Amino acid sequence: MNEQLRTFDELLSDCVHCGFCLPACPTYKSWGYEADSPRGRIDLMKGLHDGAIEMSDTVVEHFDRCLGCMACVTACPSGVRYDLLIEETRAEVEREHRREPLDAGFRDLVFSLFPRPDRLKLLAPLLYLFRKSGLQKLARDSGAVNLFGKRMAQLDALVPELSLAQLRARLPAFTPARGAKRGSVALVAGCVQRVFFPNVNASTARVLAAEGFDVTVPQGQGCCGALSLHAGRDVEAKAFAAALLDRLWPEDGERFDAIVINAAGCGSTLKEYGQLLRDDPARAARAEAFAASVKDVNEFLAGVEPQAPRSPVPLRVAYHDACHLAHAQGIREAPRALLCSIPGLELLEIPDGDQCCGSAGVYNLLEPDSAAEIGRRKVDNVASVAPQLLASANPGCTLQIRSLLSARGIDLPAAHPIEILDVAIAGRS
Amino acid sequence: MTVTTASPGIERELSDIVGAANCIVDPGELRTYECDGLTGTRVRPRVVVLPATTEETAAVVRVARRYGLPIVPRGAGTGLSGGALPVAGCIVIGLSRMKRILAIDLENQRMRVQPGVINLDVSRAIAADGYYYAPDPSSQSICSIGGNIAENSGGAHCLKYGFTVNHVVGATIVTAEGEIVELGSAGADPLGYDLMAVLVGSEGLVGIVTEAVVRILRTPEATRTFFATFPSTDEAGACVSGIVAAGIVPAAVEMMDRLAIEAIVKATGVDWPLDVGAALLIDVDGTAAEADHTATRAVEIAQLSGALEVRTPRDARERQLMWKGRKSAFAAVGRISPNYYVQDGVIPRSEIGPVLREIAAAGARAGLRVANVFHAGDGNLHPLVLFDARVEGEEHAAEQVAGEILKICVRHGGSITGEHGVGADKAAYMGEIFNEADLETMNFVRCAFDPAVAFNPGKVFPTPRLCGDRPGTYVAHETEIAGTAGRG
Ligand SMILES: Cc1cc2nc3c(=O)[nH]c(=O)nc-3n(C[C@H](O)[C@H](O)[C@H](O)COP(=O)(O)OP(=O)(O)OC[C@H]3O[C@@H](n4cnc5c(N)ncnc54)[C@H](O)[C@@H]3O)c2cc1C
Ligand code: SF4
Ligand code: SF4
Repeated sequence: MNEQLRTFDELLSDCVHCGFCLPACPTYKSWGYEADSPRGRIDLMKGLHDGAIEMSDTVVEHFDRCLGCMACVTACPSGVRYDLLIEETRAEVEREHRREPLDAGFRDLVFSLFPRPDRLKLLAPLLYLFRKSGLQKLARDSGAVNLFGKRMAQLDALVPELSLAQLRARLPAFTPARGAKRGSVALVAGCVQRVFFPNVNASTARVLAAEGFDVTVPQGQGCCGALSLHAGRDVEAKAFAAALLDRLWPEDGERFDAIVINAAGCGSTLKEYGQLLRDDPARAARAEAFAASVKDVNEFLAGVEPQAPRSPVPLRVAYHDACHLAHAQGIREAPRALLCSIPGLELLEIPDGDQCCGSAGVYNLLEPDSAAEIGRRKVDNVASVAPQLLASANPGCTLQIRSLLSARGIDLPAAHPIEILDVAIAGRS
Repeated sequence: MTVTTASPGIERELSDIVGAANCIVDPGELRTYECDGLTGTRVRPRVVVLPATTEETAAVVRVARRYGLPIVPRGAGTGLSGGALPVAGCIVIGLSRMKRILAIDLENQRMRVQPGVINLDVSRAIAADGYYYAPDPSSQSICSIGGNIAENSGGAHCLKYGFTVNHVVGATIVTAEGEIVELGSAGADPLGYDLMAVLVGSEGLVGIVTEAVVRILRTPEATRTFFATFPSTDEAGACVSGIVAAGIVPAAVEMMDRLAIEAIVKATGVDWPLDVGAALLIDVDGTAAEADHTATRAVEIAQLSGALEVRTPRDARERQLMWKGRKSAFAAVGRISPNYYVQDGVIPRSEIGPVLREIAAAGARAGLRVANVFHAGDGNLHPLVLFDARVEGEEHAAEQVAGEILKICVRHGGSITGEHGVGADKAAYMGEIFNEADLETMNFVRCAFDPAVAFNPGKVFPTPRLCGDRPGTYVAHETEIAGTAGRG
């Protein structure tokens, strides 16, 4: 049966209230409130659906506090599609619920920045000035008292220091395969990735080329819509998706062996394009075919025989499972296999590794208190295995974990698995 | 019935004890406490309170009693008999925040935990030291120790190791008077009445468990697992009887019928065959030599009983997968049916074949399918009656079939519940097993602990019972409590 075409009502009725999802849920772990568990949130959805309860501020708050980490989807033996349920619910909240002006304002600010690489690029030097000017301290001191202030401080704390070179870095539009050519792929550059972690994209292109693939970076890519989608801004998300689809998979453009993405959150949304654009007659079929060819870079590389030799990287590396890789896409083994293909590298398992780090897209910006609490558990667990390097396949997680660690005075370098592989293949260290 | 209107006085008093965030009165939030794992009936509680300590729990009970509110304890809400189902106007005391492990004493094999600790977390905390907590309900990854005690929960491995009652040696409880009382002792054979045996399985009627001392065991040196398929449940049943008759006490013997296998395969992707009538999943354990020997014998017996195929897991991972399949079976049935009703009954082991056939016939008469996955070793059946709530009348028909199943069990010399408890769901069937004098005697015990019937009223006993000649639970009006009004 095609899950995606089932009605909201049918999807809701899949939940048998068994509670197996409770221990997987980070927010239930934090507070023990039924309404902050997957089962409770589904109960709230049912209540709204059959008119038993109203969409009050309190009810909306429980939806807002959901990380969208999808650990519950992995945990549920009944196959409840909580991912689809919360997406639909969030859209309903945005349509029908009036948020307080300050809350609404901050949300608009975030969504006017993050999904737009051009504006994010402007933000970076501004924040640089903000930090140097001493205004930062002022804002932090005064801001800690209210949610808006906490959110601003969070935004600031998360943005990494950038070098001017990084800001100017450009990804080549085409990188030819090295050695025997095995195929050609298109690379999706991602918004946060592109601006804050341009090296990850550069590494991805180099590794793919070294493994025998022509890498094209289609120009003029916008946001994939993931951030908007996960926050219930579905109209905006669909517009982003349509535009990106037309760029990467135009009616009669070039067809690649795979569309490769290195950001977990974007990957899971790209794989959902078929569902997202199902009501768009001009795009539905194309979106379906496109979604089927999307591959996370870990997944893609684990599926081909390694060709480029790897030199040793003698480091203790803790691999962090990004929720949108492990839970949303079911990709757990591939990144581990890639890292283990590097001689000398010791792979460490983080205890309770399938728990979210609290980053969850823009969650840490919107729900700073909850994110900090969940992040604290993650950071305890990361620190417990004493790694020399953190491997994280999602930019949001990397920002969150590093910023929480540095608040404790721990400076743990972090890299995307593909960057580590790039180093091994290039023979640098 | 007395309907108490919203009175902020109670809320304020309760909030003062547990903090406003842990005193839940919002209608939306209350909705999420309207039922447990039994979803057919929903009742909105008046207020839900989540205390963090024994003292807070006691203070909450005292306030609730002063206002005359019925009290319903709640653990993880996975109960299948409506034990944690609220009653009208009640206060639900949820123990989900009391989830700390307080002390581990490996040498004496004891552990002290708060009631909200998840069953599996007890074993996890000591696994590295080579110990575990034996009772393993299929819901062990989520159900709480407090709930386990209240229900005297069991699981696959209780065949050899016994139920919760054999593994909890002491408890701190809050009584209906709001007093804190210690029961049992860490020692081997406590003096005086064994009140732990009264507490365990009392379904929240005796007191609220706020701490428990559990017995922990050494992990067996070796465990051998095998999975055998059979043409029908008859051969599988004969195999179970044969194994036990040979003097083998397996750690676990679980049976799944064709429908259950289908659900499990769909949910977990295990590669079990779909064209068989039944399967057994068997664990034997002990020292390596002992486990090897008994496993070989048990496999021989399976083959003699007509097994189609016997599989042994290649490694620990595969073994875990097999057990994961079994443990997710109930919930997995959600994959083959929009709704289902979990029944729980016990029969003598020798009756497995005939009883399952009668059950299937009862289902067929109502046009419903019944899946079976159960603890075959101790004849504890779990028939799952499948239905679609959206089809007019199916839910009712399913309830009828479920009721009939209990009667079949009783007719074959069994009982109406193995491990899920009586709760709200089966109170009406108590009369099938007990006569008036039995029930009266049980009520005496209840009244010794809770004369006002404040804890879980309406549960377990078939007709609402009072203690002595009191005219009923008296619900004081707030004005009386505040001293601004009075009666008589
Ligand atoms: C999928 C599934 C599989 C299951 N498999 C099994 C199984 O194999 N074996 C088995 O025995 N059960 C099984 N159950 C039933 C259920 O998990 C057990 O009854 C469990 O012990 C209930 O624990 P809980 O924490 O969820 O308690 P709840 O459901 O919240 O409460 C159960 C009862 O205990 C009382 N209670 C809870 N906490 C306390 C406390 N601290 N003090 C006093 N009273 C309290 C409540 O009032 C209620 O009467 C299963 C349930 C599900 C959903
Ligand atoms: S979402 Fe799944 S695991 Fe959670 S209560 Fe519902 S059926 Fe059970
Ligand atoms: S998505 Fe994550 S936070 Fe949200 S309900 Fe599921 S497990 Fe909890």
